[in-house]
This record gives sequence, structure tokens and C-alpha cells, in this order.
Amino acid sequence: MTLTLDAEALYADLRAGVRSLLPKDAVLVGIWSGGAWLAERLQRDLGLPGSHGVISSTLHRDDFSSRGLAGSDATSLPFGIDGRHIVLVDDVLYTGRTIRAVVNELFDFGRPASVTLAVLVDRGGRELPVAAAYAAARISLPAGQKLTLARADDGRFSFAVKEPA
Amino acid sequence: MLSRRNPQLNAHGELIHLLSIEGLPRAVLTQILDTAGTFLSVNDRDVKKVPLLRGKSVFNLFFENSTRTRTTFEIAAKRLSADVINLDINKSSTAKGESLLDTIANLSAMHADMFVVRHSESGAPYLIAQHCAPHVHVVNAGDGRHAHPTQGLLDMYTIRHFKKDFTGLTVAIVGDIVHSRVARSDIHALTTLGVPEIRAVGPKTLVPGDLAQMGVRVCHDMAEGIRGADVIIMLRLQNERMSGAMLPSAGEFSKSYGLTPEKLALAKPDAIVMHPGPINRGVEIASSVADGSHSVILPQVTFGIAVRMAVMSTIAGNQA
Repeated sequence: MTLTLDAEALYADLRAGVRSLLPKDAVLVGIWSGGAWLAERLQRDLGLPGSHGVISSTLHRDDFSSRGLAGSDATSLPFGIDGRHIVLVDDVLYTGRTIRAVVNELFDFGRPASVTLAVLVDRGGRELPVAAAYAAARISLPAGQKLTLARADDGRFSFAVKEPA
Repeated sequence: MLSRRNPQLNAHGELIHLLSIEGLPRAVLTQILDTAGTFLSVNDRDVKKVPLLRGKSVFNLFFENSTRTRTTFEIAAKRLSADVINLDINKSSTAKGESLLDTIANLSAMHADMFVVRHSESGAPYLIAQHCAPHVHVVNAGDGRHAHPTQGLLDMYTIRHFKKDFTGLTVAIVGDIVHSRVARSDIHALTTLGVPEIRAVGPKTLVPGDLAQMGVRVCHDMAEGIRGADVIIMLRLQNERMSGAMLPSAGEFSKSYGLTPEKLALAKPDAIVMHPGPINRGVEIASSVADGSHSVILPQVTFGIAVRMAVMSTIAGNQA
């Protein structure tokens, strides 16, 4: 099956979507790694002051005992989150387990006023009561298929689809 | 089952026990150091605890006393949300004649998930790793004169933190090397991580001659040993061996090999001074050096907790 997802076109939609749902004084936090790229570019394109945050799900994952520690990804929040409106950004929303883990991770740093989620692609298949406030595309993919965002050297986004082995 | 080549690694080359640094590939060491960096930043959070080992039981089995090492393992396990059980074995079952493997079998029946083992006999943690259930992980917290891998790793973390890169360094290890499991673990780690010059400095009686085969430069002269060094690792002169034939006296040793400001001046101007603790002030290290600007002895202790968190979470996440 060939999948045609124009990541750059979807990014333009995401940018407009985030602009419209961004509360005053909100901060962007991208989920490592694809979401962090998106947040970095959104921060620049939307002319937001300061820098974006990056959050990793590693320390709160529910599949730690089978998956172990994945890599050297680490949370970095260059601002206090107490009382702030947080917009989480990710490339693909699937089971919702990553979102559950990063929300727990977020609360290890303080108590935000609100947390909302914006994603490039919502591919369905939810296993937890999680929803995105904005999704640039909603598609349906077979369970085994893996959809990930890639970033080229010039900063342009594309989607990579891995078929089940 | 345990791999025949290296009992610490599973079939995929992943770490399932930490028994010795010897034989571990550079990638495994580097991954632990990188992970430790992540855990170090957990100290900056409101909640200084992560749930990776939630619901797991870590048994600290100290057949040999060590308050500091046991405490750092305990803190590390608690920061990972494990339940920690400390067993002072000297005062319990073994004193009543129970064998090591019977003790382990009993503790396994209490649903232990990890054993942190210190033992005066070299190889005791290997024996435990070979006989425990496949889901149980073992960390060597010091066995005889053989190895002290978490101390070796925290020393590497400290060096990398202050010096960034291993490949241009001169590292001098000074003192009672023959009895030191720390020295042995450090030498294996430094070699694996690509340190070009490792020196072992001390009197003939305390520096084993076969170190040269491991690529280590043996120096019996302190000035020669620390001249131009980037890193100086001082070892504790073990008081219990002071009266033996190996040393004339602590005073004599101190005069020749104690690190004073004058001797430290021979090293690089930005050299760091390390020590695994506990320090004997005025014996192997002068107070002014231990408390001076080159000393990184207290950062070593802080890094030690993050490194032990990294070791425990890494092995717990890998299946036999």
C-alpha cells in the first residue's frame, strides 16, 4: 500500500491550528523526537518568545520491563511549568500510551494550569482515553504499520512508513 | 540461559547483570554513562523519583561492611521507586552456617528481583548470577580484590563530566593498587574507553608487576607518575594492611606517595583529583588537596547515585 502524506503541507495546517488554539502565555513542549522537531519549528514560525520545551516518555513508559531504556533522549524544560498553559506537540497520535507517560513526566516538574495536545497525524487505534485538541490529519492504518516523522538536513519534514516485518 | 562468553550479557549483547567492567564493549559503558546523565537531572525536579522499578524488590546483600556504598545503592533504588531490603548478612544466616546459595534461594523465594552484592570473596556475585532465576538481576558492589564495577563507572562519569573526551588523557592511579578492586575496574574501563596513557603509581610491594601487560605504565616514582597528568585517582591506603610486611609505615608511604600541593603542581594545571573514599587525610591525600579546587571527590559521590540508577534500570529493562 502506498501512503501519500505530505508532511510539509500537514505542518502548515498544524501551524495554523496551533496558532488558533494557543492560549495567551502558553508554552510549547514537543515530545521527543518528532514532536520536538515540530515544536522547535513552530516556536520560530509563530514568533514565540524564549525556547520550546522537550519532553521524553522514557522514565514513565508502561513497557519498560520489555523495552528497557531506549536512548539518550531526555526531558528539558527551560521554564517553570507551575500555573502555565502547556501545548504538547507530537508527530503521530496512536495508542495514547506515550501521552499518558509524558503527562506523568510533566507533573514531576510541577502543576500546569492546563495541558492540550496538537498532533500532525491522528492514526486512530487508541487504547487510552486520550484525544488531541488539534490534528492536521486523521487517517487509519493497519495495526502493525509504523508511521514516523523524518527531518532532512534542510529541516524539511517527511513521513516514513514501515511495513510489519 | 547465561551466555558462555560473558555471563553479564544476553544473546542480544544487552547487559543483564553487572559483575565486572572487564569484557564489556565500549557501547555498553557509554550507554550507561549517557543514561546516568539523564538521571542526574532528576535531582532538579519537584518529584525526585521515577517509576521505572516500581513494584520491584532490590535486596542489598552486604557480606562485607560498607555503609557508603550500601547507602548510595539504597538511594538509587529508591529514586527508581523500588522497594529496598537491606540485609546485614554478617550478623544473620551465614553466621549460623547457611551457605551462600541457600541464602540466595531463600531470598529468591521472597520474590527478589535484584541482588546488590558485596562479598570479600572474588567471584561471589558470579556464583549468584549463575544460580538465580532468569528474571533476577545481580549487581556486583565489590568482590574481594576482583572488581568494583559501579565505582569504575562513576569514576568514568566523573572524568567525562570534567574532561569531556577520553582519547587524549593521561590518568594516574596512585597508591595500594595490588589490593584495589577499584583500580582494576578503573583500568579496564579507561582502556575500553580509549584513554591512551594509564599510569599505576606506588611502591613495588603495592603495584603488581603484570600491569604492564594490560598496557599500563608502572611508575614507582611519584613525580614521574603524576607529571603532566589530567586525572589523578588516589586510592585509600587500607589501614588494616599497614602493619604487614608490604609497607614500612604509613608515614613513610605518605612521604613518598601522599598527594600534597607540591606534588599536585607537577600535574596539568587543570588536573582533577579523585578518590573513591573514605579518605585518610594526611596519609594518601593532604587535607588542602582533598578540599582544594582540583578535588572532585564530592561530585563523585553525587554522580555515583545517578550511575547506580543507570546500572539498575538498564539491567532491569533487559531480559535474560
